[in-house]
Amino acid sequence: MKFLRDTWLVFQRQMLLLLRNPVWVGVGIVQPLFYLLLFAPLLKPALGPNTTDAEAYKIFVPGMLVMVALFTAFSGFGLIAELRAGVIERNRVTPVSRVALMLGRSLRDVVSLLFQAVLVTLLALPFGLRVNVGDAVLAYLLIALMALLLSSVGYAFGLALKSEDALAPMLNTLIQPIMLLSGILLPLTFAPAWLRRVADFNPFNWSVQGVRALFAGDPGNPVVWKALVILLPLTVLTVVISSRQFARSVR
Amino acid sequence: MIIETSGLRKSFISRAGREKKTVEAVRGVDLQVAEGEVFGFLGPNGAGKTTTLRMLATLIEPDGGEATIAGADLRKHPGEVRKLIGYVAQGGSTWDDSTAREELVLHARMYGIRKTEALKLAAEALEAFELTEYADRKCKTYSGGQRRRVDIALGIIHKPKVVFLDEPTTGLDPQSRAHMWDEVRKLRDLGMTVFLTTHYLDEADALCDRLAIIDHGEIVAEGKPSELKQEVLGDVVSVSLPQNVTGAAELFDSADYVKKLETGDDSIRLYVEDGATAIPHVLRALDSGGIKLTSIELHRPSLDDVFLAKTGRSLRES
Repeated sequence: MKFLRDTWLVFQRQMLLLLRNPVWVGVGIVQPLFYLLLFAPLLKPALGPNTTDAEAYKIFVPGMLVMVALFTAFSGFGLIAELRAGVIERNRVTPVSRVALMLGRSLRDVVSLLFQAVLVTLLALPFGLRVNVGDAVLAYLLIALMALLLSSVGYAFGLALKSEDALAPMLNTLIQPIMLLSGILLPLTFAPAWLRRVADFNPFNWSVQGVRALFAGDPGNPVVWKALVILLPLTVLTVVISSRQFARSVR
Repeated sequence: MIIETSGLRKSFISRAGREKKTVEAVRGVDLQVAEGEVFGFLGPNGAGKTTTLRMLATLIEPDGGEATIAGADLRKHPGEVRKLIGYVAQGGSTWDDSTAREELVLHARMYGIRKTEALKLAAEALEAFELTEYADRKCKTYSGGQRRRVDIALGIIHKPKVVFLDEPTTGLDPQSRAHMWDEVRKLRDLGMTVFLTTHYLDEADALCDRLAIIDHGEIVAEGKPSELKQEVLGDVVSVSLPQNVTGAAELFDSADYVKKLETGDDSIRLYVEDGATAIPHVLRALDSGGIKLTSIELHRPSLDDVFLAKTGRSLRES
């Protein structure tokens, strides 16, 4: 009970501060809109001469959702600011649960991501995207897990590196290959065999495939449960590692 | 004793370029702090004050040694210790976009205090630290002194038995400093034990009931400020002379109240037990020797003299 209460306390504060700063809402709307307006039209002819708008968006929107989820790894930046302000240290002298310190923050990231995800989906509707509500909810669950995973990775790196200058190149190096090897912008069906083999080892490739299957109205596709089975233990692992970082000495 | 430590140690690995070096920040600290006192930890920057404090506040784990705080074992039950202590960091602890009231309420709730009670405690603390007027403004609008008061209020919101203050007045203007000293005394009057670090001699002298002087990770002296000062050779009477310094010095060769004598170019310094009773003797001796003087001064030893005597350096210089 204490753990749940502590997590709620941390989450509440983080949400309050998030809502106080309306900039992110604007960014959250504008960024996906750019991709929808400026990139999706490129994709349609690339997929084949007879591809319709609706088909292109069915492939592109899931990729976008996963991409936005990948960016939650940048959570580490906010944490470094909190470290510098002494907020983390002040939290750590209280008996508050260390897992809650991590999870409360990560849940804020998950909520803001889900907000963006719903927005992206809604913005794609006028372009002809159609998706079953149940399938969409399951897809949101997948990307929520991803957000939890990546934001805890971001926090672990933030706590370990303690400097924005070190964190930025670190995350870029980490996320770029993940992004390229998950067929976010173009499906990997275009890729040569060796590249597809490499991509099989990228857990987020499975997520993208899972979300695509759901948006295609095919929840029975094995990639859906495979994506879940791959993501769940990874998420638990990163949450544990990151919480340990919160418990350990932070200079 | 509300705080007892023995052999507390901590070393860090520091990297200078490619070279790794082990820095022994704290090398075996033994301390005893009595309940209800203001205990000072005096030493130059880098002496190990903050490291010791952070170990006691459960923020970093000691490499060795033992400590109990209000009966709870620091190493075995850090969670228990956390409930009993408050900690105020040197660099501040407030978030720019939060208000003092929000910070206080949340901080109290992190100690398991219920919301209604936390709101009440926050209102009381705001009142006590004269912050009510700014309570609902964002922290970034506060002055340095106000912000520091919020930090202290946060540290004691849950009414801890022991509160650790890391350099509470560093960076404050003289007026805010004096104000902060009053706040610290108030905490003691409320029954809290205050453990503070400082590198200001006057602060240690004026504020602390007892203190320990730390240098290079080791405690070099411990006691009441007055006791520590008495340990060092006592008072100094310095006499400035227009001429005949050696002649004057000879007068005191056999004076048993002079513990030590130093001669300068145009002055002599006499180390005596008690300056006030020695001065008449000194004047009489000079008079009978027919030696004129320009001035006579009584100098009581400061904590800096204690530091100098123990470490061979002046704290002001280090």
